[in-house]
Amino acid sequence: MTNTSTETRSVVVEREFPHSPEKMWRALTQPHLIQEWLMKNDFAPHVGHRFNLRGDWGGVLDCEVLAVEPNKTLSYTWNFAHDDPAYNLQSVVTFTLTATRTGTHLRMEQSGFRPGQPQAYGGAQAGWQQFFAKLEQVLARAD
Amino acid sequence: MPTTHDVLFRTLADPTRRALFERLCREGEQTVGALTSQAKVSQPAVSKHLGVLKQAGLVRERHEGRQTHYSAQLGALAPLIDWTKQMAGFWESRFDRLEDLLRRMDQ
Repeated sequence: MTNTSTETRSVVVEREFPHSPEKMWRALTQPHLIQEWLMKNDFAPHVGHRFNLRGDWGGVLDCEVLAVEPNKTLSYTWNFAHDDPAYNLQSVVTFTLTATRTGTHLRMEQSGFRPGQPQAYGGAQAGWQQFFAKLEQVLARAD
Repeated sequence: MPTTHDVLFRTLADPTRRALFERLCREGEQTVGALTSQAKVSQPAVSKHLGVLKQAGLVRERHEGRQTHYSAQLGALAPLIDWTKQMAGFWESRFDRLEDLLRRMDQ
């Protein structure tokens, strides 16, 4: 039976890439490379390191490295602080790399939304709606 | 067969029922007595509304002695919120960019 008071919801996105885990690891852990596909950052691959991910839309995510296992696992918090609790977002992002015959299977899981927390839950929704709206503007300008 | 959306909307369309659900969301777990004291309807009416909310999965009951406590189940609203879909879309697009990047990188 699920204990709904502690249950968290998560998003999982998986994809297979025709590149080695070592190369993938560099893209996930070197700041100038992270910036190219995710966001501007001051990431460092050390457990306990606190860093920010800065979106083009002006939003700043507060992150802390939770787990580093080279070429295998990377995990960090992904929190969005906002004065209005309805916009707060607290989550954990975990990347899992698995070597395959032809490259690397990458699994991203973002979790931590608790259905029992109306503010956090609704806030995640509101926060992401805002995020995507801004993202759309940025992409439109980039054309 | 009614869809989950139909059931949720129909259940929350009633203003009294919606008010009860909103109160449970705001204030957390409550007994029928506590809910009745602030509602504008009788205790049997409150109980009936709670029964409908429970059928829709929007509230859960917990028995303690002779009291029944009700709490809101926000997970039941998930089909309406669907943020997971948006989030997955965000990551899919970032994976596209990652794929481009990997192609450009040296071995």
